[in-house]
Amino acid sequence: MSSPSPWNAETAAVLIAEHRALPGALLPMLHALQEEFGYIDQAAVPLLADALNLSRAEIHGVITFYHDFRREPRGRHVVKLCRAESCQSMGADRLVAHAKGRLGVDFHHTTKDGRFTLEQVFCLGNCALSPAVMIDGELHGRVDEAGFDRLLQETGKSK
Amino acid sequence: MSVFRIFVPCDASALSMGAERVAEAVAGLAKARKAEIALVRNGSRGLFWLEPMVEVETPEGRIAFGPVTPQAVGEIFDAAMAPNRAHPLYLGPTEEIPYLKRQQRLTFARCGIVDPLSLEDYRAHGGYRGLERALGMDGAAIVEEVTQSGLRGRGGAGFPTGIKWQTVLKTTAAQKYIVCNADEGDSGTFADRMLMEGDPFVLIEGMTIAGIAVGATEGYVYIRSEYPHAYRQMQRAVGIAREAGHLGPNLLDSGKTFELHIRLGAGAYICGEETSLLESLEGKRGMIRYKPPLPAISGLFGKPTVINNVVSLASVPIILDKGAAHYRDFGMGRSRGTLPIQLAGNVKRGGLIETAFGLTLRQLIEDFGGGTATGRPLRAVQVGGPLGAYFPASLLDLPLDYEAFAAEKGMVGHGGVVVFDDTVDLARQARFAMEFCAIESCGKCTPCRIGSIRGVEVIDRIIADQERDKNLLLLDDLCTTMLDGSLCALGGLTPLPVQSALKHFPQDFDRPAGRIAAE
Repeated sequence: MSSPSPWNAETAAVLIAEHRALPGALLPMLHALQEEFGYIDQAAVPLLADALNLSRAEIHGVITFYHDFRREPRGRHVVKLCRAESCQSMGADRLVAHAKGRLGVDFHHTTKDGRFTLEQVFCLGNCALSPAVMIDGELHGRVDEAGFDRLLQETGKSK
Repeated sequence: MSVFRIFVPCDASALSMGAERVAEAVAGLAKARKAEIALVRNGSRGLFWLEPMVEVETPEGRIAFGPVTPQAVGEIFDAAMAPNRAHPLYLGPTEEIPYLKRQQRLTFARCGIVDPLSLEDYRAHGGYRGLERALGMDGAAIVEEVTQSGLRGRGGAGFPTGIKWQTVLKTTAAQKYIVCNADEGDSGTFADRMLMEGDPFVLIEGMTIAGIAVGATEGYVYIRSEYPHAYRQMQRAVGIAREAGHLGPNLLDSGKTFELHIRLGAGAYICGEETSLLESLEGKRGMIRYKPPLPAISGLFGKPTVINNVVSLASVPIILDKGAAHYRDFGMGRSRGTLPIQLAGNVKRGGLIETAFGLTLRQLIEDFGGGTATGRPLRAVQVGGPLGAYFPASLLDLPLDYEAFAAEKGMVGHGGVVVFDDTVDLARQARFAMEFCAIESCGKCTPCRIGSIRGVEVIDRIIADQERDKNLLLLDDLCTTMLDGSLCALGGLTPLPVQSALKHFPQDFDRPAGRIAAE
């Protein structure tokens, strides 16, 4: 996962146009925008509404419905902790408390230095190797507190 | 010197234990020793505690090592060449590993064996025989074959697949769709992910057969965004199949058309509910729809739609290839065929176990799983995801069968089994069930949207010993309201884990306040 580029209306318009012909195009458009900018800027809403002949309220409704779509810029790295039952059975609650303490932020927040955004997720499909963590799209299994710290360190090094 | 094929899985779970670095080490070793090694990135065999599990092809068949570290790759290579193969990580011939040997793999027959992106490999292992047979049949005969197999939806509801298809076949429309529900959101499940990563063509073939059977020319696979590896793999596989003329117009020179699109979800558990998924595919909020009309009559974009889970669709090729009777001969009672069980949570040997219906939880957890990972006594098992019941150790002799589970007020669901040791607090698990429902509710109906929030509050009061008896009654009442009054399974089944926890573990709701740390 590369660092997102700053919001740019022209790039956004190109991305929206690229997906315009798809049936049910809004989710693919939102994914493309978030991939590029790391979040969905408020300024994208009228562009999307215009392209799809929908109201701004409808676009807003969709963005806010899905847990994936962020409305604020993210940090350079996204750390997702699984909180679902399988991971709970292997100490996910402890790991969550540890991670929050380590990063000094709650879920859906970004560290002050802009390096890490912490997210909760319900199941990463790695349930035979719980607890699971995903960092920048890379999956990790059997992550204990010390393992989490190591992962953060490695991620920090990779910039 | 002959070329050795070395298999290092590209499955997301294997990668989560360092398979990528192992693959790099194998490639590096091949270069350093000028050995002729063909590195194959297979799917996982589903023996996850052994990942990364590396296999080497020898004249006597494939042999396995695991869990392999990058440092051990050189030694393993030497051991594989040596006559006695002595190495602490040596597991023997792969097929002889008891965990695998005791399974009956039909749907997962190729997973972990083939190169997932090689059509030649897929065909060499029986791939596309089902479609080729289907192309010589009319739609009604294909549907009949699926009906006769007894296949029931493996997504969780267990609805007979053939009956769904029959409805779509009968409905006339200019356009029909096949939709694959790959929004595998249940905790404790990963069968869909493994198949999409390890044998994507089987899903493509199954969907193509479905399309030909009911007269649908377009299909969508809706994959949850938590599965980026599966998403990329499916995209590649569809590209390869299209390029080779296995998808698109006049596929396999049959004169038939079937086009397939891969779409990504956006982190909403509710989109695993079929009508909510259809809304999401249409680019809307994933709000569930009232039924009727059934999706089979008015589904995606208002057109007749077959919507099935990954495992259901991936079971179709073998049914068409070997015939309905072959598949139906596995299983018990009205649960026919095999069930890919996913053994997860606090268990020593978690993984994918595909076997005929009827295996008991005890056989599964003790014989396959080897007990808890922590070594502590088992206290509870949750089967069927976050909406499934919690069972106590005394019910471990329950066979995995749709009807047997329903009789105990539980469900097999998508086949996920999550094991908990004796540190689990079932009052907290019950609270979590309500919390999860509150987070993931689409908000359309009141029992689910509001009921789940009130459920958290009531359980909090029970835990805190505030008017406990009164609140237990209230919780019971609330569960009944959610069960009877919710529009879909999310609100309607959230009472299952709650009430099973209350029934089987009442002592957890009857502790002095303060014993449980508030959160």
